[in-house]
Amino acid sequence: MTATIEPQTGAIGRPIKRKEDARLLTGKTNWVDNIQLPGTLYVHYVRSSVAHARIVRVDTTAAKAADGVVAVYTGADFPEQAGSTCVWPVTDDIKMSHYPAICTDKVLYAGDVVAVVVATDKYLAADAGDLVDVDLEPLPAVVDMEEALKDGAPLVHEGFGTNHCYTATMPCGDYAAAKAKADVVVKRRFINQRLIPNTMEPRAVVAAPSVGMADEIAVWTSTQIPHVLRVVLALLTGVPENNIRVIAPDVGGGFGVKLQIYREEVLGLLLAKKLGRPVKWVETRSEHMVASHHGRDQIQDIEIAATSDGTILGVDVKLLADMGAYLQIITPGTPLLGMFMYSGIYKMEALNFECTGVYTNKTPTDAYRGAGRPEATFAIERIVDELAAELGMEPMELRKKNWIKHEEFPYTQIAGLTYDTGNYEAATARAMELFGYDELRAEQKARRESGDKVQLGLGISTFTEMCGLAPSRTLGALKYAAGGWEHCTIRALPTGKIELITGTSPHGQGHETAWSQIASDIIGVPVEDIEVVHGDTGRAPLGMDTYGSRSLAVGGQAIKVAGERLVEKAKLIAAHQLEVSPDDIEFKEGVYSVKGDPEKHKTLGEISWAAFAAHNVPDGVEPTLSGEATVDPQDFSYPHGTHLAAMEVDTETGKVTLRKYVAVDDCGVQVNPLIVEGQVHGGLAQGIAQALYEGALYDADGNLLTGSMGDYLLPSAADLPSFITDRTVTPSTTHPLGTKGIGEAGAIASTPAIINGIVDALRPLGVNDVFMPASPQNVWRAIQAAQGGAA
Amino acid sequence: MIPSTFDYVKAGSVDEAVAALAEAGDDAKVLGGGQSLLPVLRLRLNAPTVIVDVSGVDEMRTVADEGGSLLIGAAVTTYEVMHHDAIKASVPLLAQAAGLVADPAIRHRGTFGGSCAHADPAGDLPTVARALDAEFVIAGPGGRRTVGASGFFVDYFTTAVQPDEVLVAVRVPKLDGWGAHYEKFHRTAQAWAIVGVAAAVKVEGGTITGARVALTNMGPSPVRASSVESALVGGPATQEAISAAAQSAADGTSPTSDTHAQADFREHLARVLTARAVAKAAGI
Ligand SMILES: Cc1cc2nc3c(=O)[nH]c(=O)nc-3n(C[C@H](O)[C@H](O)[C@H](O)COP(=O)(O)OP(=O)(O)OC[C@H]3O[C@@H](n4cnc5c(N)ncnc54)[C@H](O)[C@@H]3O)c2cc1C
Repeated sequence: MTATIEPQTGAIGRPIKRKEDARLLTGKTNWVDNIQLPGTLYVHYVRSSVAHARIVRVDTTAAKAADGVVAVYTGADFPEQAGSTCVWPVTDDIKMSHYPAICTDKVLYAGDVVAVVVATDKYLAADAGDLVDVDLEPLPAVVDMEEALKDGAPLVHEGFGTNHCYTATMPCGDYAAAKAKADVVVKRRFINQRLIPNTMEPRAVVAAPSVGMADEIAVWTSTQIPHVLRVVLALLTGVPENNIRVIAPDVGGGFGVKLQIYREEVLGLLLAKKLGRPVKWVETRSEHMVASHHGRDQIQDIEIAATSDGTILGVDVKLLADMGAYLQIITPGTPLLGMFMYSGIYKMEALNFECTGVYTNKTPTDAYRGAGRPEATFAIERIVDELAAELGMEPMELRKKNWIKHEEFPYTQIAGLTYDTGNYEAATARAMELFGYDELRAEQKARRESGDKVQLGLGISTFTEMCGLAPSRTLGALKYAAGGWEHCTIRALPTGKIELITGTSPHGQGHETAWSQIASDIIGVPVEDIEVVHGDTGRAPLGMDTYGSRSLAVGGQAIKVAGERLVEKAKLIAAHQLEVSPDDIEFKEGVYSVKGDPEKHKTLGEISWAAFAAHNVPDGVEPTLSGEATVDPQDFSYPHGTHLAAMEVDTETGKVTLRKYVAVDDCGVQVNPLIVEGQVHGGLAQGIAQALYEGALYDADGNLLTGSMGDYLLPSAADLPSFITDRTVTPSTTHPLGTKGIGEAGAIASTPAIINGIVDALRPLGVNDVFMPASPQNVWRAIQAAQGGAA
Repeated sequence: MIPSTFDYVKAGSVDEAVAALAEAGDDAKVLGGGQSLLPVLRLRLNAPTVIVDVSGVDEMRTVADEGGSLLIGAAVTTYEVMHHDAIKASVPLLAQAAGLVADPAIRHRGTFGGSCAHADPAGDLPTVARALDAEFVIAGPGGRRTVGASGFFVDYFTTAVQPDEVLVAVRVPKLDGWGAHYEKFHRTAQAWAIVGVAAAVKVEGGTITGARVALTNMGPSPVRASSVESALVGGPATQEAISAAAQSAADGTSPTSDTHAQADFREHLARVLTARAVAKAAGI
């Protein structure tokens, strides 16, 4: 327990409603598409309709002559220009692709850009887009990873002579020795299918030469990473960094798909510069399905070795990870974010990890909520259930036997991570109680005995994850180009109001409320008096942005230190003005008073005015009152939890119903339990959706078959039960506020809980796996196959 | 996506709509609730030059009781079908199926006539119309004509309505004394049917004396499961007899394979769901 702060206002821990919600829910805000600048031109991208082809000719004559058209560009106009880049070359011999802003000689996936039209109106731009005459000579496409690795496969990047991108390995302990001691070895192949992350707000870019600053170009973009984007835009375009201002206004969802450098951002900047006018592009949903990055897409071969009493000895993992056609910001690193997580919460002697990245003619993959850890958690939680079945053990009993006991923390697990704190016993006990575990097991037994056509299964997921990626030194050792620090400046304005400038970039998480709560407790100012400034490199110049559940885990630390520095400085000024020594100043609830003589005091407002006027500040103290901090954390953050799902399976139709879902999460200290609840709910919906509904399908030619929401199914509230949630609180000892990340936990934990539940329901029928999404057809086929039927 | 340019005509009467279509020639399209047409336009799968909006035509917005049948205006919305007292009382099968179409927002805009005229093989309401032998009143330059359900649904997205014609109303027979049920099988609450079954049965003294069964998404158009119907009629209203009769539900169908289901799974579902729908219609 290191939650050492003296809470000033008791704001931390309060489930207050989010301040930002009124404007977000009513849409009365600056989504990028709402930004209307005079003289704006509209951009339309002409995309390849085929997955792999040589560009014979792109004729823009008719388009250029069309109504309202200002310019039409092809690859020839931006010959060497990259449209995205990869900042994480995971191995020394990785084959790094060049992602062109506009394709010049080949297109590598359906959706790749071949031309861009700029017109005075978005309808005219789209009309002219239809007039661009694109002559493509189709080439055989490579869609399947195993096919891609075979000799003679069509090559995505001919220059590499292979579709193999990289192989990364991490041997921990001696798996062969562990396996040699095993009584039981279970091996499975899991398919962690390709997903298309969907945000409510699609991507959108407005770029405009700044008014008043000669050379500055402002780029408004629906992104999670304005700060990183600014640096990369400068590197990719040669436009000086100090002439680029990136603004992420309110952003309607990210989930990783906006943790990216996109060609539409690079070209937006370049077009605004070239044409000297504002340009706007708003992605359509159909474009989003092909042109924004996808997630997951791994073939997971996993083996687990154990003794007959159920002691896990080791795990061996071999992954094939689909990169898609190009490497984007952290495409190759995404599967490796799961590398350390294949042992889950279990003690073992050995963990052998190998991952091979493969190029295919499909949309590039990259981070999607959880990024690598959902895949790892799925594999370990699924294989533990399979091991239990093999051993004839109750799956929860097997977990209990192998997990790290609460008294064993801090615990250095097999992959070398040190989990600071955790209490799997407590979370599990609470979850089982809320679930009615024993009653449901009894009902399951009764249904099995009566041969009910609707069978019941109990799905378990006892998970942990690593988030808040840091410290920077560790990221460097993993070959990641950027750091893992975060910045905060808290300014007491002359009138006593507080401006909290954060480097995190919220896109639905409620940072404005939560950050105000933290600052409120530290500097003793009411939550309402704190304004949080974010997402604009002009107003919040320093930051590493928001992804990987890092904002509170990392950014929260910066808020704390910045607040403490502000209080320290305020004390010096108060002491000077009250003519006592700083040691004689007592700070409570925003008031700085003389110890033993509370009548003599200064409020923060008085001090901030005094610091602004600077007529009477102590020697050696600079005018103005603020505290700033750039903090590089000590370690990752390790939230955990136990999730349980009761699954009903109609064995005649294969239709699955999620009857009950219990999630007990432990994210340490909760700054705002209501926000935590929201994060858990949203995460669950997405993780459950992977298990039951979502999945990108391609045909053999590389055409996306699930290019609309009619085919790519997303659940709505009507498809999900009322979640039963609770939290255990085991504060982090590496985070000064005791908090842990919660942004991705729901998405990480729930997928295996659902599939384990379905398999548990069907195990008496001989089923031991079902493909995701567990659509009625996939479940029905699994039953048919197990029964020796024709499926 | 962004549609290409078109002219918009708001028709005040059926005659006005027909005249507007005649004037526009082949490139015109009738607009009902727009829930299917607008996606087509936005995806630029079709680019009509004139849109004739019939959603404000009074005659097409009413439900008339004709004694043995209800005459339901083509522009009556799915939401209204779901909640209309006369429809609920006399053709509950239609009201129930309407409640399973899409989601509330789409039901409030989409129309009964639009749904039939669109003739999506996965549409729910066409199947009910087919099961009940509804009649379709169509107006064109030559006046009005009436087409039965068996002749109305021609092929994928194709009906007897010609480009210069407007579907004015649908005549749905009342089924007093029948039990009915629409069984929709889909993956999410607002998704289209993978397979659907509309069933109506008349049970007298434990014997099934009348049966109407039609299937959604088992071919280019709604399919009447006539062999199931004849196997049911004269038999007992028992689960066993119904299940046995339902075994022939997929006979003669030609379902497609798509991202949600392959043909063989659809055939399997047709059998299982027919048994369920008929049993529920029979009150078992
Ligand atoms: C997300 C989504 C989910 C859906 N789910 C379902 C579902 O589960 N089940 C289901 O049955 N439907 C579903 N639909 C379709 C919905 O019910 C549509 O409203 C319906 O199919 C078309 O009705 P409309 O009035 O909107 O027709 P429109 O979109 O206006 O028109 C459709 C077609 O019919 C023609 N047309 C319309 N009215 C007339 C008329 N009076 N005379 C001649 N031609 C006419 C048009 O020219 C056009 O070709 C869904 C739609 C969406 C967008």
